[in-house]
Amino acid sequence: MPKIKLSQRTIEIVKEICSTFENNEGELINVLHEAQHKLGYLPAEVQELIANELNMSVAKVYGVVTFYSFFNMIPQGEFPISVCMGTACYVRGAEQILHEIKRQLNIEVGQSTPDGKFSLNCLRCVGACGLAPVVMVGEKVYGRVAPQQIRKIIAEYQEGCVRPERHEM
Amino acid sequence: MADYKMHLLVCGGTGCKASESEQIRDNLLAEVENHDLTDEVQVVMTGCFGFCEKGPIVKVLPDNTFYVQVKPEDAVTIVEEHLVKGRQVNHLLYRDPENDKPVSDSKHMDFYKKQVRIALRNCGFINPENIDEYIARDGYAALAKCLSEQTPQEVIDEIKRSGQRGRGGGGFPTGLKWEITSKSVADQKYVVCNADEGDPGAFMDRSILEGDPHSVIEAMAICGYCTGSSKGLVYIRAEYPLAIQRLKTAITQAREYGLLGEKIFGTPFCFDITLRYGAGAFVCGEETALIHSMEGLRGEPTFKPPFPSESGYLGKPTTVNNVETLASIPVIINKGAGFFSSIGTEKSKGTKVFALAGKINNVGLIEVPMGTTLREVIFDIGGGIKGGKKFKAVQTGGPSGGCLTNSFLDTPIDYDNLISAGSMMGSGGMIVMDEDDCMVSIAKFYLEFTLDESCGKCTPCRIGNKRLFEMLDKITKGLGNEEDLTRLRTLCKVIKDTSLCGLGQTSPNPILSTLDNFFDEYLAHVRDHKCPAGQCKSLVKYTINNDKCTGCTLCFRNCPVGAITGEKRSPHYIDNSICIKCGVCYDKCKFDAVSVS
Repeated sequence: MPKIKLSQRTIEIVKEICSTFENNEGELINVLHEAQHKLGYLPAEVQELIANELNMSVAKVYGVVTFYSFFNMIPQGEFPISVCMGTACYVRGAEQILHEIKRQLNIEVGQSTPDGKFSLNCLRCVGACGLAPVVMVGEKVYGRVAPQQIRKIIAEYQEGCVRPERHEM
Repeated sequence: MADYKMHLLVCGGTGCKASESEQIRDNLLAEVENHDLTDEVQVVMTGCFGFCEKGPIVKVLPDNTFYVQVKPEDAVTIVEEHLVKGRQVNHLLYRDPENDKPVSDSKHMDFYKKQVRIALRNCGFINPENIDEYIARDGYAALAKCLSEQTPQEVIDEIKRSGQRGRGGGGFPTGLKWEITSKSVADQKYVVCNADEGDPGAFMDRSILEGDPHSVIEAMAICGYCTGSSKGLVYIRAEYPLAIQRLKTAITQAREYGLLGEKIFGTPFCFDITLRYGAGAFVCGEETALIHSMEGLRGEPTFKPPFPSESGYLGKPTTVNNVETLASIPVIINKGAGFFSSIGTEKSKGTKVFALAGKINNVGLIEVPMGTTLREVIFDIGGGIKGGKKFKAVQTGGPSGGCLTNSFLDTPIDYDNLISAGSMMGSGGMIVMDEDDCMVSIAKFYLEFTLDESCGKCTPCRIGNKRLFEMLDKITKGLGNEEDLTRLRTLCKVIKDTSLCGLGQTSPNPILSTLDNFFDEYLAHVRDHKCPAGQCKSLVKYTINNDKCTGCTLCFRNCPVGAITGEKRSPHYIDNSICIKCGVCYDKCKFDAVSVS
């Protein structure tokens, strides 16, 4: 992965997050949550900085980031698409939905489209099992999705949408 | 709630919210205002009603009218017809599937008739963001009773007498767990609420936290009093933003009312709660892994003993209880152990919440007495199988459980019966499958989950499950042989016996139970290289029967890849080199002309 240079502002943000948790090693997961929330993802450079601030090894931070599926080390698409792969959705055809999205966007799970618009992920149960199968685009939940609807859903986001507010690295 | 003549309750659970229930509430509010009824009618957003299949739901009190599948634009009709003119809105009423007659009162619906709601007592009744509504329904009375009238040991004895067992899946007696922590000596002890509901297809805990967060807070304080802990922690999934927000609101309100903090009810007892966020790791439902995760580490389990009750969070004695377990505690204290233990079977007392999902008519959240049979749950409450298909299996216990067949339908549900049937209670996910589901694929699906979620610490789980998955993958691709089945079974046993924690010890269960109950299906895959349910893509082929096809072009129009060709009113044809086997044509065809082979 190419090295990125963190801007002064990003460094300040990360340091501030660490200090709100009193630079306490035990708060690592909370720090990571907060950092990802503000920055969108957790590149190696941010992890190094956090390790430094909390006075722990980078290996430990990296170990935690890679252990939990909620943390991302690569930037997410402008519109992250998540297909629910909970059992209820699975038995109601989530696999076909996933297949169709992959086919339309021409990406695999965990990847983003080259223009950075969409990224695709699976998640475990949104808890809207009554609406199975469920697809989420950003925060919006689409229920009872059929493979034929995918084209329409993606088209909703293809153009003219506002970029979600997020701090640039 | 006394000042208003009528209340409109709008479901604010995740499912209904996804179907615009917030818009419904806003529209109702606006309409109520338009008709100058704001002093008489209160619009409340509640927690989950449970009947997710028919959501969004709007309930009118006091007459208990239950409107289903409400759309934002229906708000006008509800207010004009029901509130102003006093006439029920017929087309929004639930219809009995047997005779198509409208049923207005939820008490008379099959879905609710057999339910007994203890943990879910307030879900769908109160506004979870208003502590006064919880207090109006005996909220915090149990905590007051414990602090002012009972010693910690007396409370523990009461819980023990109630026979309550942990609802997170393990089924360990709650009272005993509390007693062990209370007897451990330390300068600091902790109460932990395990709200890391990772079981795919289960949403019990989330619904309780969203619909009745105060019951969990109250129970944690009671536990703190019993065990001598002044600090409580809720370990909650970051994927549950609504539950987190409601819990935070509830904690703030409880602090303002002096129900959390210093000197609660004027007694020396101090207790406060903070939140810890999970980050998407199923293994963190295991208590030692959960504790490590709360300490900011990788959520890897460690060997027990020592149990958390003796050495847990930061090495201090810690009681870890599941959300549903806690939500029932205030009822046990208020109504007495006798009330709770009068419900259920000999060894499993009280009620259990299940998330009913899959190929069933009434998807939703239900709470039934222990000892209710699977048949009652699936056919009476659940309304049977979707689309009139045949029941095939019900999966309980999530990735750690097993699939139960027809022959277990009349088994009363309790911890021990489910284990002897080859499954387990688990946290309460119940997924129903019909004749179209391939059991080998289901086993593979669960294994893929465990594989993904294995923390990698112990070899049997990390490597063994990978090998199991490869074998299943081979079988579903038609490349397996009969020896693979023997090998599967042997490896399953080894993993069960040698894994470190509950995740690994139970991960082979979905395979073992399907091998036991659906051996024929495995044989068909390895011997004849066929998938009887027509689900394994490598083994199926879709064709159109010329005699049955009317050329209606429905399949042609719906095929996502353009694999179907044909003229209007003449038989169509599927090009198998293009077909992605999505099955849309099969589902759409009204003339049964598409067949799977």
